[in-house]
Amino acid sequence: MSRILLSSVAAVAVLASAHGAAAQTEIQWWHAMGGNLGETVNALADQFNKSQKDYKVVAVYKGSYTETLTAAVAAFRAKQGPAIVQVFEVGTATMMAAKGAVYPVYQLMADEKEPFDPKSYIGPVYAYYSTTDGKLLSMPFNSSTPVFYWNKEEFKKAGLDPDKAPTTWEEVGEAGKKLVASGVKCGFTPQWQTWTLIENYGAWHNLPFATKDNGFGGTDIELKFNDPARVKFIGMLADWIKDKRFVYGGREGKSTVMFTSGDCAMHIASSGSASAIQAALGVDKVGIGMMPYSPEVKAQPQNSIIGGATLWVLKDRPKAEYKGVAQFLTFLSSAPVQAKWHQETGYVPITLAAYKLTEESGFYKKFPGRDIAVKQLTLNPPTENSKGLRIGNFVQIRDVEDEELESVWSGKKDAKSALDEAVKRGNELLRKFDSANK
Amino acid sequence: MEKRVVFNERWLPYLLVAPQMIITLIFFFWPSAQAMWQSVLVEDAFGGNSKFVWFENFVSLLSDPNYYDSARLTLIFSALVASIGLAVSLLLAVMADRILRGASIYKTILIWPYAVAPAVAGVLWGFLFNPSVGIVVWLLHGIGVDFNYVMNGNQALLLVVFASVWAQVSYNFLFFLAGLQSIPKSLIEAAAIDGAGPTRRFWDIVFPLLAPTGFFLLVINTLYALVGTFGVVASLTQGGPGQATNILVYKVWNDGFRGQDLGSSSAQSVILMLLMILLTFVQFRFVERRIHY
Repeated sequence: MSRILLSSVAAVAVLASAHGAAAQTEIQWWHAMGGNLGETVNALADQFNKSQKDYKVVAVYKGSYTETLTAAVAAFRAKQGPAIVQVFEVGTATMMAAKGAVYPVYQLMADEKEPFDPKSYIGPVYAYYSTTDGKLLSMPFNSSTPVFYWNKEEFKKAGLDPDKAPTTWEEVGEAGKKLVASGVKCGFTPQWQTWTLIENYGAWHNLPFATKDNGFGGTDIELKFNDPARVKFIGMLADWIKDKRFVYGGREGKSTVMFTSGDCAMHIASSGSASAIQAALGVDKVGIGMMPYSPEVKAQPQNSIIGGATLWVLKDRPKAEYKGVAQFLTFLSSAPVQAKWHQETGYVPITLAAYKLTEESGFYKKFPGRDIAVKQLTLNPPTENSKGLRIGNFVQIRDVEDEELESVWSGKKDAKSALDEAVKRGNELLRKFDSANK
Repeated sequence: MEKRVVFNERWLPYLLVAPQMIITLIFFFWPSAQAMWQSVLVEDAFGGNSKFVWFENFVSLLSDPNYYDSARLTLIFSALVASIGLAVSLLLAVMADRILRGASIYKTILIWPYAVAPAVAGVLWGFLFNPSVGIVVWLLHGIGVDFNYVMNGNQALLLVVFASVWAQVSYNFLFFLAGLQSIPKSLIEAAAIDGAGPTRRFWDIVFPLLAPTGFFLLVINTLYALVGTFGVVASLTQGGPGQATNILVYKVWNDGFRGQDLGSSSAQSVILMLLMILLTFVQFRFVERRIHY
C-alpha cells in the first residue's frame, strides 16, 4: 500500500515538475552574495518568480566575486554560461573587452522593448557602468561607497563630541591623538585601502586617477594617482603609524574586525558594511558620517565613487530567455525592491525613487547615518574625475597599489617612491591590456 | 632463476597499466598541453579576441623584475620548507623510535596534522597569529616581541614557512619512522658492543641507511614547497604584505584566476613546470649518486 502511495506521489511530482518546466523558462543568475546577503538575493528571486508565470529565475551562489567570474568564464567557454552573472566593479573593463560574450543592458532593453529611463538612476551609480555617451552596459545591483564610521563611546571617553565626526583629515589626526591618549589601541584604520585612500580620495578631491577621464575614453591610458596631494596624504598616514593614530589591518575588508572589536575608534569602510557594523557594536554606538577631506586640496568635497557589483547579461543563451532577463532587470530596479535591498543590506539604492521611498518610510530616522552614502554620491554632479574608473587589468593594478602601500606602512619606502613605483608598474599592466584588446 | 613475472598474454600488461595511463593523460598531460598552448596566446577572459603571439608572454615575464623577485623568493621559501621540514621530522622520528611507553599515542598525535588540508592549516595559523586577537601574538607581546605578519614581510614569510612545514611534518615523520624501523637492530647492537655512542651510531649507521628515504622525501618536499603550499599562502597572506610571500605558484593562480590574464598565467605555469622538472632531475643526477640502496 505504502509503496503504491509513494510511487503515485513520485509520479505526480514528476508530472508537476515536467509541467512546470514546459511552462516556465529558467534563467540562471550566478552571484557572489553569501550569508545574509545571499538570503536576501534568494528572496528577491522568489518574489520575482511569484510575480509572474513565464520565467523562473534561479539564483546560484558561486563563491567570491573572483570565483563567480571565473566560473562564468569557464562555463561560457563550454557554452553552458548563465544568462546573468554578477561581476564586481573592478572587472568592468574586463567585461567590456569581452565583446563577443556580453549583451549590453541598454541594447537588451531596446531589443525586448522594456521601458527604461536612464534619468531615474543615481548619477555616479549609472555613470560607472555606462559608455561615454551614456549607454548602460550592465545593471547596477549592489553599489556602495566608502563612508566614515566612528565609535561614539570611545569618542566620549577621549573628551570628543560623540555626535560629531571629524570633517577634515587634520581633525581626524587631532581626534586620533586624543583617542590614543585616552587608551584606545588604534585611532583609525581603513577598509579596502586602494579603493578608499587612493581611488575615492581622488574623486572626493576631484583629482584624476588615470588619463582619458579615468579610462572612460579608451584603453590607451596612464595612471595619475601619484600627484602631490596623494603623496602628502599617504605620507601623513605613514607618520600616524608611529603613535598608533593609524594602524594597518590588512587588505580588502580584513581591518573591519579591528573597528567592531573596539580596537580602532575610526574607520573608513563600505556603506555596505553598515548593517553588519551596527549589528556588531550596537546602532547607538556607531556614528556614520561623510569621508573626511583635505581643504588645502579642494575647498569642498566633490562626490565619492562607488564600488560593489553589477549584473552582466551574457550572450549565447536561447532567445526566449532574454525577454525574461529584461523583465527581471526592470523588476530589480523598481523602487520598492531597491528600497528593500537598500534597507536590509546598507548598499545604496540605484534609483532616486528608492531613496525617496526609504526616506518617507522613516528608515533614516531609525538608523541615523544610513543616508550618508547617497548624500556623498549625489553631493555634486560627477566630473570626469569622479564618475568612476574604467581600468583594464584592475585587479592586478589594485594588487600593485596594495603592495606599494604596504611597503609604505612597513617603513620600507617613502610615500613618493611607492606611489611612483605603483604608477610605473600599473602602467605596464595597462599597456598590456591595451595591446591585448586592440 | 627468473625472478620477474612473465605475462604470456600479449595485451594483458597494457590493459593493466591502462587505467593509470588514462588518468595521467587526462589529468596531467592534457592540462599541461593546454597550458602550453595558452601560453602563446593573448585573449580576453571569455576566450574571444584570441591572438597568437609566439613567446611574447614569456618575454614580458622574463623582463619583469618583479617576476625574478618572486622566483628568488620561491627558491628561498622552498629551501626553508624542505630543510626545516626534513630536519624536524627526522628528529621527531628518531625520538619516537626510542620511546618505549605510550609510543602509539605519541605517533598518532604526530600523524594527525596530515589530515589537515594546507588551506585549513593556513586558517588555523592565521587565528593563532592574528595581530589583534591571536593568542600566540599575545604571548609574544608578553615577552616583548611585536609580531604583526600583516605589516612585517619577514614575519609573514616565517609564518608561511612554519605553517607549511607543520602541514608536511607528519608525512615525513611516517616515512622516516618506517625507514628507522627497517634498520636491522643487530647492526646497531653490534656497533654499541664495539663501543659506539648514540651520536656515532646515528651518523655512521642510521643516517646512511636512512638516506634512500631521505632522498625520496627531499624530492617530495621540494615539490610540495613549490606547489603544494599554495593553500597555506592563499588562506594566510595572499602573497602579502608587499610581495613578501608572493611565491610563483600563488602568482600563477592570482594572475590567471583573479586577474583573468590567462596567457601570462599559463606562461608562468609552464616555467614553473620546467623548474620542477629541472630540480627533480638535478636531485636525481647529483644527490642520488651518493646514496647506496
